Amino acid sequence: MKIGIVINEGPYQHQASDSAYLFCKAALEKGHEIFRVFFYHDGVNNSSRLTEPPQDDRNIVARWSRLAEEHKIDLVVCVAAALRRGIKEENLAAGFRISGLGQLVEAGIQSDRLVTFGD
Amino acid sequence: MLHIINKSPLSNGAFDSCLRVADSGVILFIEDAVYAATKGTALEEKIRSLSSKFKIHVLLPDLEARGLADRIIEGITTVDYAGFVDLVAGNKNCQSWL
Amino acid sequence: MSNIKKFMFVNRKAPYGTIYALESLEVVLISAAFDQDVSLAFLDDGVYQLKKGQQTKGIATKNFSPTYRALDGYDVEKLYVEKESLEARGLSEADLLVDVIVLGSKEMGELMGQQDVVLSF
Repeated sequence: MKIGIVINEGPYQHQASDSAYLFCKAALEKGHEIFRVFFYHDGVNNSSRLTEPPQDDRNIVARWSRLAEEHKIDLVVCVAAALRRGIKEENLAAGFRISGLGQLVEAGIQSDRLVTFGD
Repeated sequence: MLHIINKSPLSNGAFDSCLRVADSGVILFIEDAVYAATKGTALEEKIRSLSSKFKIHVLLPDLEARGLADRIIEGITTVDYAGFVDLVAGNKNCQSWL
Repeated sequence: MSNIKKFMFVNRKAPYGTIYALESLEVVLISAAFDQDVSLAFLDDGVYQLKKGQQTKGIATKNFSPTYRALDGYDVEKLYVEKESLEARGLSEADLLVDVIVLGSKEMGELMGQQDVVLSF
């Protein structure tokens, strides 16, 4: 099954990104396809390569980058929401791309299920 | 339909809204909503009374994280993230009551 | 190839206090270009998004409420408002800045159940 994911909150502040990540991993292990992960609202902050958590904490951004690389997952950051919050190509972590809201609607059309994680 | 609740119903109205609107279906408590699945809260009776209309699940890792895995109300099904995925796949659509 | 899905945008948050209402509206506008069966649902504090007479000058923030009136021009015509949420806030249809369809809670729930995609903000 093709599953699309929407993440509406930033890393560390809210559990949404952690929940979405663990959900994606479980879905992939079960043989589902993650069609796209769309980052919206403060969720765009999950894509900043400038993120530096303490050594003993999980690196949420790097974790997404790794998952994208290993499973060829499309990580899309909403351009309008990103620009508002100072996220640009130059501080984007590996595996993320910036694009329009149409990518969210398209994820809804193309995926069999769309799951939203937020506050 | 799968209703995903992520806020504690003890301090937030999202779950009440879900119940006002939905008449049946599947409920999954995740994140701070997992407190709803525990015994001894002011909501326990209400949660128990829902079992005739809804199939209620709770995400166990979130409950364990909060130190309450030993207090699950009987009749509520625990799931891991794989079970969460199955619930999403097994229902026609889902709504996150953010 | 026809691939029309039923999309419902569920709005449960008040405007201005957080950005969800505004950014949700931005998705709705984009979705209009995809020729899908789009509807909007307003529940809980989300009904405040449609309150007439919003004046945002004093908070130095853009008043985006006129955009709801423009949705019609994008062929987004199905705006559903939950009756119980309106009543709980002392509001009636006459307080809203756009034509809506008022539904009881259970009717709203039924409609939600019929959707292919439910996006909540």
